[in-house]
Amino acid sequence: MTAALSTRSNFADPDAAYRMIVEAHRGVSDEQSAALDAALVLILANHIGDLDLLREAVTLAKRSVVSEGQG
Amino acid sequence: MSHHQEHFHFGYRRHPDQDRDNDPARHPVVVVGAGPVGLSLAIDLAQRGENVVLLDDADRIGEGSRAICFSKRALEVWDRLGVGARMVEKGVVWQVGKIFRRDEMVYQFDLLPETGHKMPAFINLQQYYAEAYLVERVQQLPQIDLRWRNKVTALAQHNDHAVLTIETPDGSYRLAADYVVACDGARSALRGMVGAEFAGEVFEDQFLIADVRMNAEFPTERWFWFDPPFHSGQSALLHRQPDNVWRIDLQIGADADAAVERLPGNVRPRIERMLGNSDFSFEWISIYKFQCRRMQRFLHERVIFAGDSAHQVSPFGARGANSGLEDGENIAWKLAMVLRGDAPASLLDSYEIERSQAADDNIRHSTRSTDFIAPHSKQERRLRDVALALARDVEFAKRMVNAGRLSTPTAYDTPLSTPDADAWSAGPKPGAALLDAPLQAADGGPVFLTDAFKAAGCGFVLLEIANGAAAPAPQGVRSLRIGKDAPLRDEEGLFTKRYDATPGAAYLLRPDGYVAARFRHPTQAALDAALARASGRAGR
Repeated sequence: MTAALSTRSNFADPDAAYRMIVEAHRGVSDEQSAALDAALVLILANHIGDLDLLREAVTLAKRSVVSEGQG
Repeated sequence: MSHHQEHFHFGYRRHPDQDRDNDPARHPVVVVGAGPVGLSLAIDLAQRGENVVLLDDADRIGEGSRAICFSKRALEVWDRLGVGARMVEKGVVWQVGKIFRRDEMVYQFDLLPETGHKMPAFINLQQYYAEAYLVERVQQLPQIDLRWRNKVTALAQHNDHAVLTIETPDGSYRLAADYVVACDGARSALRGMVGAEFAGEVFEDQFLIADVRMNAEFPTERWFWFDPPFHSGQSALLHRQPDNVWRIDLQIGADADAAVERLPGNVRPRIERMLGNSDFSFEWISIYKFQCRRMQRFLHERVIFAGDSAHQVSPFGARGANSGLEDGENIAWKLAMVLRGDAPASLLDSYEIERSQAADDNIRHSTRSTDFIAPHSKQERRLRDVALALARDVEFAKRMVNAGRLSTPTAYDTPLSTPDADAWSAGPKPGAALLDAPLQAADGGPVFLTDAFKAAGCGFVLLEIANGAAAPAPQGVRSLRIGKDAPLRDEEGLFTKRYDATPGAAYLLRPDGYVAARFRHPTQAALDAALARASGRAGR
């Protein structure tokens, strides 16, 4: 099974998608924000429903975070 | 510091209207504010045969670091007004923007990746040059009566006119007008006089704007940095203007002390860190906070609001002056038709409908960009930083990186449009602005579609793809025929492609060059109905 994580831009209006996430976090505490994001991750992971895809996504996400700070 | 040489000075002159004590002179249109919007609107009205009084409370232009980016659409308007070539010649033409994170480029965009347009995607030009060229054009038009140092201090609305009280160096006088157009800027006095609110969002972050004169080798592109090495944790923008002047825009946060930060001695080291040298001089320094807000309504009885007086956005996206110029082109032809009696006054309602959509569009884009550049919370900053980090590797995140989405004309959902009844695979839809295309005149010489539109008189125009007999253009509508044996030819095929043009098809263009209707096989009745609808005489 060759899962292929789509990293093309899939939204017709990416700014609107970004804004929707921003707005979800307006008016909640930082701790609630972290919980909100965690909930979003689980919800979207379940929607994808494919362990290989999820693994690819985790790898990509980790790479972007771990490479932080190297300038 | 912080003062340009005053580039252009104009004299106050007493007008005979000032001697009419109890019987104010009556004029069809008074435009208040001789900035880019008011000047352009006055020219547009004059070219449409209307007499205009244009008032300004100052007597000079040339102060301040204001608009610099003028869009393709704004240039097309100016071209129609007779100043486009001059603006482009003086301006710095650009179309590529680059976005950097730290010292790495994450995203690049090209705003006009195709050829065959008369006007470039953008020019950068100091606002005072734009205003000076517009004033020169005004001076060629006897229909415009431009009065400097005429400051509106009071407004009285009547059934079919408004009366302005105007302060001058010789004291005050009154002036009556069928319509007043308030182009008097973000701090509009007329907005206060009609009692309108100006509500919206204020962004807490402050931005330092410096116009710097230097000889530099940077390319003519819009460069934007997130968290650059020279300005850690903040954003920066670099943009070229004519005369070796560069616009630098540095985010300095919500807590910075503006009075301290604007001192040249404090600005200089910031710019030195950015440029890596000290070989520059300041043209202008100021500190701004941005706002995105609009009036609820743009029409207040006999007073019509246009430009910054009606709506205000952050500068990321060049949506301020450009949207004001679009306001002007939208109201000019409508006002001219109403004043001539060719359309009911209700045609003006479509100005509010159409330009409200544009204002909302501009505010939406501008707000999103400003949110991305200046996140409101820790979480928003994390989201933003992660989008930037991912953008190094993956396409979707590049598309979310938002350092300003640059101004393009809004396609109107408007009662003036006749909805498509036929299928089209391309071409501007009803409510959208015409797209330029390269054509050939009868003598074989090149002519752009925008030139042909202008030469046809900028009234309603039927763009007709020739197929034997001429289409039945309604009375008063000029026809532009394009085809093999027609007066205009499409040798490169770009017009055909951009308009999905099949033989016999036709586009009905409004006097501002927006599409009113299009038909594969127009009939007399359909064209007459579309024209009536676009003139505010039917539809809804």
